[in-house]
Amino acid sequence: MTALSDREQLTSLANQAADSRVNLEFETEGMTLNMGPQHPATHGTLRILVKLDGEQVISADPMPGYMHRGYEKLCEVRTYPQVTTLVNRIDWLGSFANEVPWILAAEKLMGIEAPPRAQYIRTILFELSRMANVSLFLGDLGIQLGGITVGFYAFRDREHVLNQIEAVTGGRFHPNFDRIGGLKDDLPKGWIAETKKAMEKMRAFCDEVEDLLFGNEIFQKRTRGIGLIPPHVAQSYGLSGANIRGSGVDWDLRRDACPPGLVYDKADWKVWTHPDCDSFSRSWIRLQETREATKIVDQLLDSIPSGPIMAKVPRIIKVPEGEAYVATENPLGEMGYYLVSKGDLNPFRVKIRSASFNNVSIVPWVCKGVYVPDVITILASLYFILGDIDR
Amino acid sequence: MTGLLAAAPVLAGLDPPYWVETLIKVGVVALLIPTTALILGIVFLFKVMSWMQSRLGPQEAGPKGLLQLLADGVKFIQKQDIVPDAADRFVFKVAPMVVLISTFLLYVIIPGSPNVVVESLDTGVFFALAMSSLSVIGILMAGWASANKYALMSGIRAAGQLIAYELPMVLAVVGVVIQAGTLNLNGIIAAQADFKIGPVPFPFFILTQAPMFLVFLAAAQAELTQPPFDMPVAESELVGGYQVEYSGFRFLFFFMGEFATAFAFAAIASVLFLGGWSIPFVTYDAADPNNFYHSWVFWLIGPAVLFTKIMLVSFLIFWFRFTYPRLREDQLQKICWKYLIPICLVWVSVTAIAKVVM
Repeated sequence: MTALSDREQLTSLANQAADSRVNLEFETEGMTLNMGPQHPATHGTLRILVKLDGEQVISADPMPGYMHRGYEKLCEVRTYPQVTTLVNRIDWLGSFANEVPWILAAEKLMGIEAPPRAQYIRTILFELSRMANVSLFLGDLGIQLGGITVGFYAFRDREHVLNQIEAVTGGRFHPNFDRIGGLKDDLPKGWIAETKKAMEKMRAFCDEVEDLLFGNEIFQKRTRGIGLIPPHVAQSYGLSGANIRGSGVDWDLRRDACPPGLVYDKADWKVWTHPDCDSFSRSWIRLQETREATKIVDQLLDSIPSGPIMAKVPRIIKVPEGEAYVATENPLGEMGYYLVSKGDLNPFRVKIRSASFNNVSIVPWVCKGVYVPDVITILASLYFILGDIDR
Repeated sequence: MTGLLAAAPVLAGLDPPYWVETLIKVGVVALLIPTTALILGIVFLFKVMSWMQSRLGPQEAGPKGLLQLLADGVKFIQKQDIVPDAADRFVFKVAPMVVLISTFLLYVIIPGSPNVVVESLDTGVFFALAMSSLSVIGILMAGWASANKYALMSGIRAAGQLIAYELPMVLAVVGVVIQAGTLNLNGIIAAQADFKIGPVPFPFFILTQAPMFLVFLAAAQAELTQPPFDMPVAESELVGGYQVEYSGFRFLFFFMGEFATAFAFAAIASVLFLGGWSIPFVTYDAADPNNFYHSWVFWLIGPAVLFTKIMLVSFLIFWFRFTYPRLREDQLQKICWKYLIPICLVWVSVTAIAKVVM
């Protein structure tokens, strides 16, 4: 809040004063509506305490924690390779992307780097899980706005990506495939050609969604100009991913601070930003990102080098004493692990910086004064995964 | 007496007492409602919807899953009838019946052929519009009596929406009524069958009243609370709205009411704009008893023709439902007051002037 200007702080104070008397004109009382923890718009167990004056929201307070599973503490009693199974479950729609920063943080402390082929495959799988995640976002956006058909198309076309992930890793949702120093296995035969076909289908899906949803006038009416987040507010709340790019801030960890172990610099792709700062721009950025992801995968598949997929790693992994923070641009935004090691089999302390927690923290700011249906649009466009909020 | 029984030469001789006739009529309508709701539910909600959304839909119950809705109905009847503690018990229990009664009364005036009609009222259109607006009372009752905040908001949204959309609906009908010169639904169909501009026959009013047809469809969509006008239900915002506390057969009543009303509105739209039971270019003569439309065969053909047209209109209604996202409540009101009503007013004046001039 400190980054807000004086003017905005004054507005905020005035709003708080207005809350206490609600509506003097009609002498009505406000209504407190408890959205969640079992509300369909929160797709999970997020609880939002909304105070209403008629249909207008005077305050919205997200109350996470209904699905807290204590992953940071659980990591401390597991060995380094065991942790990947655990962190798979943080953002359950793009699971592989959760493993990567963890592995990279451990590799950074150990001073190992995966062989080039493993780095390429890692990046490809990372982008595939981004597609699996974001394609469902596009469907969910439709469902939240009442256009359920898009949701079914999303579930149908996500399968193309999930099938490819399953073919390599054996798991549709929880691959548990990344290893310190490389990957568990090499690609199966014929996988590259099949993935290219799947990318074609994903591009067709993006076109379909653009026609069906983004070109729809009702959709535009519902999202354009709704849920405005100015760039400096987005930065002061620590938004990341498509949410901050939707506010016009050109910031992408894949391009700006790609940690060693991922090969985004080997592909030619574009970071999209949108100057409108509204729900539409955030959603549109995600659509474009899915398209860019297919491009990245296509290019990396063409230039994938041969060689081993595993570096020389001791059988029993002990990470030397030290601290490391590695963050990657996950489907939901910046996801990072702050890892403290005392040289044991287990990490001493792990702090997970997950994107959704910060993204949802802006809800009270952005939901003030909007109508109830807009709360749903804003929540959908901010896009959170409950596992990513509560961990 | 132009009723169903009186018109049938064989049955006319029986001339049953008034109460028997009324009972039979009530029975016919009471059978029609679940049947039509079932037909629309199976054809559109299950088959067309799953076809549009590229999935299979129900497959197990009956051949190709056609009996799924019947199984669902049986399931609903078996379920416990839960009334929340805080609810206003009487109002809560009565509300679904009120909604269903509104649908019930709509069916009374829909003509299947010149003779196959439960009650051919001279104020037919007026009666239909009045009865269709009864359902808002049921929804408001359900919303208030549920003692649930989502239901309350939904009830208030529904009241605002349904009352606002009564206006374009009435105005859309006014154009047809001016052109036909009668309020009787059979009279409107007869007027369509005969309508000519100069020597050219215009068998359907949709040809002259196209904007009104679209406005009527939009208003019907809003009255049915279907997407893009489904704010009172809005499962992603209000978690089902006024239906949220209902279970068992009371929920079934709402469900049946929704689909049966969709059928009734489609029927009224096809009567008003698509010529109802009339077949294009087959002349209708009310006075001539040997006219094809008065023959015994047409007792069966008439309803079949009407049914075909109803299915076409229903397809439109459900196509919108499956394609469009939902509007916001204030945007919905804007569309009604800023666009639909002015369009209607302009077209009503155009129709009136044309009627006087020609």
